[in-house]
Amino acid sequence: MSSIKIELRQEDITKIREICDSFNKDPQELINILHSCQEHFGYLPAEVQEVISAETGVPVAKIYGVVTFYSFFTMTPKGKHPISICMGTACYVRGAEKVLDEFKKELGLQVGQTTKDGKFSLSSLRCVGACGLAPVVLIGDKTYGRVAPDDVKNILKEYE
Amino acid sequence: METIKLTIDNKEVEVEKGTTILNAAKKLGIDIPTLCYLHLDDLNIENKPGGCRICVAEIQGRRNLAPTCSTKCEDGMVVKTHTTRVLNARRTVMEFILSDHPKECLVCAKSGNCELQDMAHRLGIREIPGAEYAAVSTYKFDTSPSIKRNLDKCIMCRRCEMMCNEVQTVGALSAVNRGFMAAVAPAFEQNLEHSTCTYCGQCVAVCPTGALTEVDNTPDVLRALADPSKTVVVQTAPAVRAALGEAFGLEPGTLVTGKMVAALKALGFDYVFDTDFAADLTIMEEGTELLDRITRHLKGDKTARLPILTSCCPGWVNFFEEYFPDLKDVPSTAKSPQQMFGAIAKTYFADKIKIDRKDMVVVSIMPCLAKKYECQREEFSVDGNRDVDFSLSTRELAAFIKQANIDLHSLEDMDFDAPLGESTGAGVIFGTTGGVIEAACRTAYEIYTGKKLDRLDFTELRGFEGVRAATIDFDGLKLNIGIAHGLGNARKLLNDVRSGNSQFHAIEVMACPGGCIGGGGQPLHLGNSEILKARAAAIYNEDRKKPLRKSHENPFIIKLYEEFLEKPNSEKAHHLLHTRYFDKKKKIIVKQ
Ligand code: SF4
Ligand code: SF4
Ligand code: SF4
Ligand code: FES
Ligand code: FES
Repeated sequence: MSSIKIELRQEDITKIREICDSFNKDPQELINILHSCQEHFGYLPAEVQEVISAETGVPVAKIYGVVTFYSFFTMTPKGKHPISICMGTACYVRGAEKVLDEFKKELGLQVGQTTKDGKFSLSSLRCVGACGLAPVVLIGDKTYGRVAPDDVKNILKEYE
Repeated sequence: METIKLTIDNKEVEVEKGTTILNAAKKLGIDIPTLCYLHLDDLNIENKPGGCRICVAEIQGRRNLAPTCSTKCEDGMVVKTHTTRVLNARRTVMEFILSDHPKECLVCAKSGNCELQDMAHRLGIREIPGAEYAAVSTYKFDTSPSIKRNLDKCIMCRRCEMMCNEVQTVGALSAVNRGFMAAVAPAFEQNLEHSTCTYCGQCVAVCPTGALTEVDNTPDVLRALADPSKTVVVQTAPAVRAALGEAFGLEPGTLVTGKMVAALKALGFDYVFDTDFAADLTIMEEGTELLDRITRHLKGDKTARLPILTSCCPGWVNFFEEYFPDLKDVPSTAKSPQQMFGAIAKTYFADKIKIDRKDMVVVSIMPCLAKKYECQREEFSVDGNRDVDFSLSTRELAAFIKQANIDLHSLEDMDFDAPLGESTGAGVIFGTTGGVIEAACRTAYEIYTGKKLDRLDFTELRGFEGVRAATIDFDGLKLNIGIAHGLGNARKLLNDVRSGNSQFHAIEVMACPGGCIGGGGQPLHLGNSEILKARAAAIYNEDRKKPLRKSHENPFIIKLYEEFLEKPNSEKAHHLLHTRYFDKKKKIIVKQ
């Protein structure tokens, strides 16, 4: 017996239905539906997946399978200041991984996680088109270029 | 038919276009090993994710080895299946799988019956390089009323996912995560108990390893048998006798009814009874309900909904409660034979032998895993005392018999005990698809028309088509009968009922492909329909040999109504033999 209680606000349910309708509730369009929902909600909680399942007829286990297969989908809400580290080729060769490790260490987070107080979340990105500034870090709308591991502490201080 | 020619291991073969190398090799008697591959021949479904790569072979002119289970033959192809390169690759694949597998064969429920173990043996694996250092991925253990999941032993063949999604259309399982964390799991990796699983057990029946197994209730039964204060009563479902022999090396289709009874007596059960008796009782109740609904419907009574659906399969009941709760007043309210038996054993029979129901333990031997869940449903208990205490699968019974040093082959046949052991041929055929509705027709026809049937074999209701339809003439009243086995097929008929397009008066549904003979608790048949057909033939054989073949002629059934139940669908019968259904569909609740 399924036991998940699906509790959502009416406006959220309406929004998910609108998104599903815009793709004709077509199971083939699942990835696009999930993308649009993540764009709207910032993440894909269980409740949202349940409603998508009810609308499209795709079993929710399959939807969860897709969400956990692709790294760009997340089930945890983004932090108030979402941190994204570019892992494109240019950034990577200039040491983006060390920068990422430093953020992980400072915040005690893995990629895809959010701090308990909801302040920061950590994710990685493909090339953001600013290779000249590599390695690149984005926090919210702000872009940081030529970031070295040593800069990480100071950058985080800006958000205290 | 377009054919092509190719050469495999220096032998030429001609095959139909589209044939895989694996199947072409089979034609030549070359048995390429496979692991993830599964072919359900009757359903024409193949599981070939191309994942394990055990089945690789060398194709001349191609750089990479090809998985033969999913590579199609081409004209002029030259294939080699046992070159050094192939053998090494196969061994490497196997070593890789085993390096991430617990080395627990000695204490694994699947040992001796495990495709992975067999493969390690067949490939002659004697050591697993680096095994001491490799971390074995671990996944949470999950147990439900019917099924245990130990995904540490999962090799990601995804057969279970195919069964649950494509055959059963339940969709409880899906591949989730990636890499080391990859698993086959319900949504949000919840336990099976909190998913839409129906406990049909079809995933368990195809799992090549010990990752999916039934909950073993043998220890509970052993404890009851050892307790001198308990009278232990056992009932055996019709499909068990047609498959139990396979676990002892007998040909599929060998009936072992008498030996099974003897083995149960040797195990120490106080009374060995037959679920077939309860199947006869089910026909009395369900058949009466069917006639009543049809007559009322014909008179224009809008509350008499048609078609009526059979309700003796608990996997099916779980399915419609989850997916078609809006139709929950359509199925018959008759309990399953397992539960009817329990209800009669713990009232009528307990009174007869003058014991309290609390001192009686009722055990069922079932081809089915959903029965384990069913006997735990709250509505089937009285003050916390279950009508059926424990349900064992055919596989568990086989293991139990072996543990007790009983040699099934050398046992003399014995008869079921009276009175709950008396049954007719109609009760026997409950075990196969089409059997329940045929049994119902035999009785309903005679009751409705008042005439004697001169032909008892309703062959038009038999067979293995997933969805079947037949019209039976009740002396002028033409009844349209539908039959579905496998939940995916049931879903098709149910969708028609929901949309008002169903032409049927009555529909029989069994959750497992083939009906109970193909149940999730039977010796594994791995999609080989020849085995299912042999089991069905055995069941129809037993029916033909029975002196009585119509439920309403069962003398003990007649007596039970006279002494105890009054008449079919009486108030007492309703209280003991009927049930109700629940809406288990997930609800979307609006947060205020
Ligand atoms: S699943 Fe098979 S190989 Fe694995 S421990 Fe069990 S018997 Fe051995
Ligand atoms: S028991 Fe049946 S419904 Fe449940 S997971 Fe297995 S195949 Fe799916
Ligand atoms: S649980 Fe069994 S059937 Fe399912 S993927 Fe794993 S090994 Fe295969
Ligand atoms: S690789 Fe980082 S911005 Fe292009
Ligand atoms: S059997 Fe062919 S890839 Fe597994």
